[in-house]
Formats: sequence, C-alpha cells, structure tokens
Amino acid sequence: MSPAEETQIAQSARNGWLLATPSLIILALAAVGPLLIVLVYSFLAPGEYGNVEWMFSIDGWRGILWTKDIFDEGKFILADAHLTIFWRSVKLSLMTTAFTFAVGFPTAWFIATRSPRSRTMWLFLITIPFWTNLLIRTFAINEVIRNEGLLNTILLKIGVITQPINMIYTDGAVFVGMTYVYLPLMVLPLFAAIDRFDMRLLEAAYDLYAGRWQVLRRVILPIVRPGIVAGSILVFVPALGAYVTPRILGGGKNMMIGNFIELQFGQGRDWPLGASLSILLLIVVTAALLLYVRITGRESAHG
Amino acid sequence: MADRAFSTARLPGFSAIAIFVFVALYLPLLMLVFYSFNSGKAIGVWEGFSLDWYGTAWANDAVKAATLRSFGIALTASIISTIVAVMAALGTTRRRAFRGQTFIYMMINQPLMVPEIVTAVALLIFFAWIKVNTGYQGIGYIVVAHSAFCIPFAYLPIRARLEGMDRTLETAAADLYATPWQVFYRVTFPLLLPGIIAGMMLAFVTSLDDVVITLFVKSAGQETLPTYMLGQIRRSVSTEIYAISTVLLALTVAMLTAFFLLTRKKD
Amino acid sequence: MGQAVAVEARNAVKEFGAGPSAVRALNDVSVSILEGEFFTLLGPSGCGKTTLLRLIAGFEMPSSGTILLNGQDISYLPPNKRPVNTVFQSYALFPHLTVAENIGFGLQMQGRPKSEVTATVKRMLELVKLEPLANRKSSQLSGGQQQRVALARALAPSPKVLLLDEPLSALDLKLRKEMQIELKRLQLETGITFIFVTHDQEEALTMSDRIGVMSAGKLQQVGSPRDIYNKPVNRFVASFIGETNFLPASRKGSSLVLAGGHSVDAPAGGTDGQHVTITVRPEQVRLVDSAESGAIPAKVTSLVYFGTDTHCYMALADGTEIIARLQSPATGEAGLAQGQNVALRFAPGSVQVLGD
Repeated sequence: MSPAEETQIAQSARNGWLLATPSLIILALAAVGPLLIVLVYSFLAPGEYGNVEWMFSIDGWRGILWTKDIFDEGKFILADAHLTIFWRSVKLSLMTTAFTFAVGFPTAWFIATRSPRSRTMWLFLITIPFWTNLLIRTFAINEVIRNEGLLNTILLKIGVITQPINMIYTDGAVFVGMTYVYLPLMVLPLFAAIDRFDMRLLEAAYDLYAGRWQVLRRVILPIVRPGIVAGSILVFVPALGAYVTPRILGGGKNMMIGNFIELQFGQGRDWPLGASLSILLLIVVTAALLLYVRITGRESAHG
Repeated sequence: MADRAFSTARLPGFSAIAIFVFVALYLPLLMLVFYSFNSGKAIGVWEGFSLDWYGTAWANDAVKAATLRSFGIALTASIISTIVAVMAALGTTRRRAFRGQTFIYMMINQPLMVPEIVTAVALLIFFAWIKVNTGYQGIGYIVVAHSAFCIPFAYLPIRARLEGMDRTLETAAADLYATPWQVFYRVTFPLLLPGIIAGMMLAFVTSLDDVVITLFVKSAGQETLPTYMLGQIRRSVSTEIYAISTVLLALTVAMLTAFFLLTRKKD
Repeated sequence: MGQAVAVEARNAVKEFGAGPSAVRALNDVSVSILEGEFFTLLGPSGCGKTTLLRLIAGFEMPSSGTILLNGQDISYLPPNKRPVNTVFQSYALFPHLTVAENIGFGLQMQGRPKSEVTATVKRMLELVKLEPLANRKSSQLSGGQQQRVALARALAPSPKVLLLDEPLSALDLKLRKEMQIELKRLQLETGITFIFVTHDQEEALTMSDRIGVMSAGKLQQVGSPRDIYNKPVNRFVASFIGETNFLPASRKGSSLVLAGGHSVDAPAGGTDGQHVTITVRPEQVRLVDSAESGAIPAKVTSLVYFGTDTHCYMALADGTEIIARLQSPATGEAGLAQGQNVALRFAPGSVQVLGD
C-alpha cells in the first residue's frame, strides 16, 4: 500500500469519527452515561427521604430477593411479593410473545402473499398502529374492557349479562393490552422475512409430495426463522420492561417489574433497590439480545 | 370461484386470522374516534353528533399548554437528532470499515435496546444530580433526553437511503470537477433529502409519543400531552381524552402517509 | 506516427486490501496511449482493465507506479482536478437533474460563465441528437438515450481524455451496433483521446485504433486490431480473441514439424529442436487434394452448419483436433461427410508461433 493510500484511509476513519461525535456526545449525556450512574447507585445505601447515602452497600442488590424481617432487623426473609412480580413479568411477556406470534405469523403471511399493489395498503394498515401513541392504544383497550366500557355496555344492553364482568385490573387485562400494543412489532419483522421467502420453494415442496402442514413446518418456518427470532425479541424486550400498559390495565396491584422499579423511586423511597432492579432488567434484556445476535449470526454464516 | 386452482401460497385459516387481527387492531381505535364525536359521556351509548369534546379540550388551558409544550419539544428534539444523525450516517456508511465503527453503531442503536423504564430511571438520577448542582429546572432536560432517544429513529432511514444511493453518482460528480463540498450539496444532499425528511418525521412522532422518559425527567409544571393524558386516565376517564387521541391519531396517519410517499421506491 | 503521448502508465500496481490477503488487481502495467487515439482495454472480467481506467480517472490511487497525463504525474491528483471525464457503465446520471442540467454539470463545477454553459449544452444536445429531451428528468429516458446523455455530459467540458467503462454493455444488440458507429463518429469529430474498456472482443476489433489485451492484472499485448488478431503473442491472446487451433510442434531448420511428422511453413527464429505451440485461425485451414505436396491427412469428426460457413471438426493421425471454417457453398459441392478422410493445408503466412 502506498503512503498516499494509507493517509487517505486514516483520514477517512478520522472523518467518520468526527461526523459521529455530536451524536455520541448527546447519547453519552442522555442515554449511555446515566446508565453507568445507575450501576453506581445500585451499590449505595438508600437515603431516608429518597435519593441515596454515599456509602457502599449491597442492600440494593440483596433487596431484589430478600427483605428485612420486620421483627428482627438483622434477619432477611425471602420476598414473596417480589418473586410474584418477577414471575408475572416473565409469564405475561412470554405469553404475549407466543400469542403475538400465533396470530402475527398468519397476518404477516397474509400481507406478504397479497398482490404488490394491495400489499402496500395492508402493510400501511399494520404500520399505523405501530406508530400510534402507545398510550392511546392502551387507552383504547382500557375503554373496551373497563367495567363501564364498550364490551360490558353492549353485553348488558343485549342482556347476555346482568352484572358487568370485571376484566380490568387483572393479569388477563395486561396480557390482552400488551398483545394489542406489541402485535405490530411481531408482524413487521415476520413480514420482512416472508417477503424475502422464495415462493417457488413452495411449488418445489408440493411437487415433492409435502402436504400443507409439512410445507409450513419443514420449509416455511425454518427459512423465515430469523424473522421469527427478530419478532420475538422485539416483543419480549419491551413487554418485559413494560410500564404504561400494566399501569393502566393492571392497576396498582398487578404490577410488572417496570412499575416495581418506579415504585422504588416514588413511595418506596429505595433508590438503590430501584437501581439494582433496573440493572437486572438491563442484563436480562441484553442477554436476550445477545442470544438473538448469536442465532441470527449463525444463520447468516450458514446461508 | 368454486373450482379455484391449487394455490401454493395459501395456508388454511391464515386469511381468517389476518382479517380478525386487522379488525381487532382497528376496532378499539375507531371506537375512540367514533365516540369523540358523541354528545354524551357514556361509552356504548350514542347520543348524537357533536364537537363538544374538542371544544372542551381546546378550552382547557392545561391541554393547550401541554400541546404546545409537546410540539415544541418534538420539533426541537427532532431537528437536533436529525442534524446529528445525518452527520453520523455520513460518517458510518460508505467508507472503508474503521476501528470503532461497531462501537458507534452500538451507541446509536442503544436507545432501541435498553428498556425505556431503565433509561427513565437513569435520567431521573442523573438529572436530579444536575438540578441540585446547577439549580437549572428548565425544559432543557426533556429536550436533551428526547434528542438522545430520537437519534436512532432519525439515523436508520437516513442511513438506509445513503446505502441505497448509487455511489457512482458522487464519483461522477467528482469526475465532472465538483469539489468534495460541491459533491455533497449538489448531489448527495438532494438525493438524501427524502431520507432526511423521513428520519425527522419518525423522530418527531417518537418524541411526541413518549410517556415514560418524560414522566421521570419532567419537573413540576412541565406536563406534555402524553403525561397529561396518563394523569387523566388515572383519575377518571373524560371524553376530552377521546378528542385529543383522535387528533393525535389523525396526525400520526398524516405523517405516516407522507413518510410512505417519501420512501417509496419510484425508480 | 509521431503523435504525442496523452496518457501513460508506468509500472502501475494496484492492490486491494492489505497484508497477505491483498489482491493485486493491477500488476506492473506500463502503457502509452497516444493523443487522438481510440484505445481499447480488452479482457475478461477481473483482468484489471477497469482498475487501470479508475487509476487514470483518479477514483483510485496506484499502490505503486505512476500515471502521467501529457507528461505530468497525476497519480495522486483528485478526480475533480483532472481534465479527464468518464462515461460510467451504469451511466450514473443524476436522477434529480434534467438532461440539460446533467450535461451542464461539469461546466458549472468548473465555474464557466452561464452563457458558455448554455451554449455548450445546446451544442452537446445537438451532437448526441437529444435536443427535444433537454428538460426531461434522466429517470424518464430509455437506455439508449441515457447512454447518449452520459456521453454528452462527459464530453461537454472538452476533456483531454474520455474514459468509457463498458458503456455499451447494458444495451441490446441492435442499439449496441448503432452506438458503436456513433461512438466512433464522435471520436473522429471531437478528436479527443478515447480509452474504452470492454470484454467484447468484436467491439474492440471494430472500433479501436489500438487494443491492449489484459489478463490477470497484466497487459498481455498491445497492438492494432489486425496485429492482435493475426499475430497473437501468447496463448491467452490467441484464444481470447476469436476462435483458433493450437498445435504442438517442434522446430527443424526453417520449418516446423507437427506431432504427426508433417512440416509446415513458419516464421523464422528459435533454435533447432525447440518444442513450441503454433496457432492457426480456422478460416486459414484449407481442404486440399491429398496428392498435393505438404498436405496433411485428417479425418472429419463432425460438421456444424452456421449459414455463411460450416465448421469442420477434424482429427489428425496423431489425434490432434483441428477446426476449419469453410465457406458454405463449398460444403455442399465437396460433399463432406462425417468419418470422411480428407487432407488439409494452412494458408501461407497464417501460422503463428506462440510464446509461453
């Protein structure tokens, strides 16, 4: 390589960094940097009226699973309430992921197999809810299922029930709400994968005596797998950290981890616990993302 | 249609599920729109067309202030994030891979990967510390926070547009005596413009929609439209929220339509 | 000819990548291209011809060696400072500009006065016969029209050298033939040096003053189309351009002896007993009476009819295969048939001895 070429390459790299710098500064200031502070706070002691005392403590981390016994200050007991919240978060997120896939895959398939002209329209129809304010969408579900909501009003009017069914402020309500708000996140990557799928493979499979079910299981699903993984991650990650939907539809009792974190910075006044819970959530989410990178990375290495 | 040919792409039951999904997605939203024009307050009971709720919302000073604040924040944050995202996209695409490029990608996409509640908590702690030390309580915190999480939304369409751009066009411009700066503003920038507008619109919508981060970052008296709405839902549902939701919904549809038209591949 | 040298490459080397994985796209190429010449770089894809063109245009810098324009070193000069323009394979017309704006782009960048730009654009539109389309967007043009705009755009600033990177490859056959004539006309009218890159040997033969045949990053032979076709220096050049026969032979005195013992006339040179490969074009192989002196016996293995001529595949006694291209009427009269024993001779002066 000639010196002139080397200079050019070095200059190109320097320009790349320079151009990215303004973005990096903003992100360091208001996204990445503060996360490091959260990590620090998780190892401090809680202040009496919120905030922290600047002394090292692992109480924040211990508080995730154990609480101080009210009768004996030095004794720690397993915090059942916390475990219930974690279990609810994981359970509802997994259920949401599974159900959005179950209905999202046929939807994505349906869109991808339309004629090019109408496909744009169907895709547009899925994109609108995707970009519509999550609050509005949750609010819309709220208005359907609350006690004086659309569903109960209609059912009462036509005489199917005499008492409104209590749906809101249950785990079921949170599940329905999250499925509703995160469904587009599943459909879009699935569509992208199916759209790349070579439909002639179906002819080949049917030609080789495969039935519809076998075609789906042996040909379509393995090939669109990266899309399935992407969609699942895109639903699971925000569902696990959901705040707005469980707050509106779950009420104060059916908390998920997101609401639990908020609680620590509000009435709970245990910032270190809130910080360690945040870091824990971040670790789980990062693990899920790394798994995704590994799976798709391996796939593209094979293809 | 009785003797329809065997269609290889058809899977039994899929169309029915898809139609159900579309109906289920839109019914609640359309219900909001429908009842926002109801003269009565109860849902499920149509008492005649009226624009009363729009009037009530408009007359409400809290709504007006929150709306203005939301739009101001969204506009500022989308402009800031778009400018820095254009630079970052130019810096990270179409040049020889350099050391640290992956790091830059990870930084830029970080807001997409970290749960909002975690970022919100982090900003709460960080900004609380700054507030104590500087005494500054202004709207700047929200603007900076929004600018940060809007960066990937602005960056991605701009980068996609850049990568889809024919590099030889710039080579051709250089061949025709354009200096690097002339190449940028005579060729690259005009061709990139649809991507820039698209990115800015996504950033705008993203900022306008945000609840969680704003909720944690805002000081007293800095309600945005979404945080105001969240507060109202908690108390009692007022039909005025229907009207606000409908307006926001219409705005989203308008922005998305424009976005689709801009990014549609014409050639 | 005494013409001045327009472009010269001296020991040009271009490597892509670094370290042991580096790929040498151009390996020590030296060539001089004369002023006003239509020079073609011919070779298969990946032979380095486009790389050499990009070095001349300034889109790449040589890893070593120099590029000279009118005797001046321009190796590291950026493309916008070189009086050299390119017609791109993909045309690279600016989609946001009209035809006229595309053609005027280079002149504007050079800061020429508006009146001059307008006048030149008008002249260029006339030159490529596109006056009615001046205000169209480039995306609304057909392939052939885009090609003309690309040409006009590159010619408008009156470059010293025009580089053409496979400009006709995207056109269909009929249009390609038309454009070949058009290009030649433009070159003669403007007197500008054209450096034309192609992998199409016929295109190279019909259009060029001189051809440089490239393979594996090296320049194999430079010469007029006739030289290249009739006097290939090596096996690559002989086989890349047109069809040909290769036969092993050894030197004996002033003639060459084939493997079967028959001797043929050949250009002098070399040492006695040296083993060589000779090449003869199929149209130089004649069927003759077996009694004629120097006739080589052969057997027809198959016949393929091509309309104007017939390809006659034959095998010599020692098994060497040989093709003759015979004019069609002769075939019927001669009544050739598969399996028939025939005799052949090579036309005088048609045998070439190849280097390694």
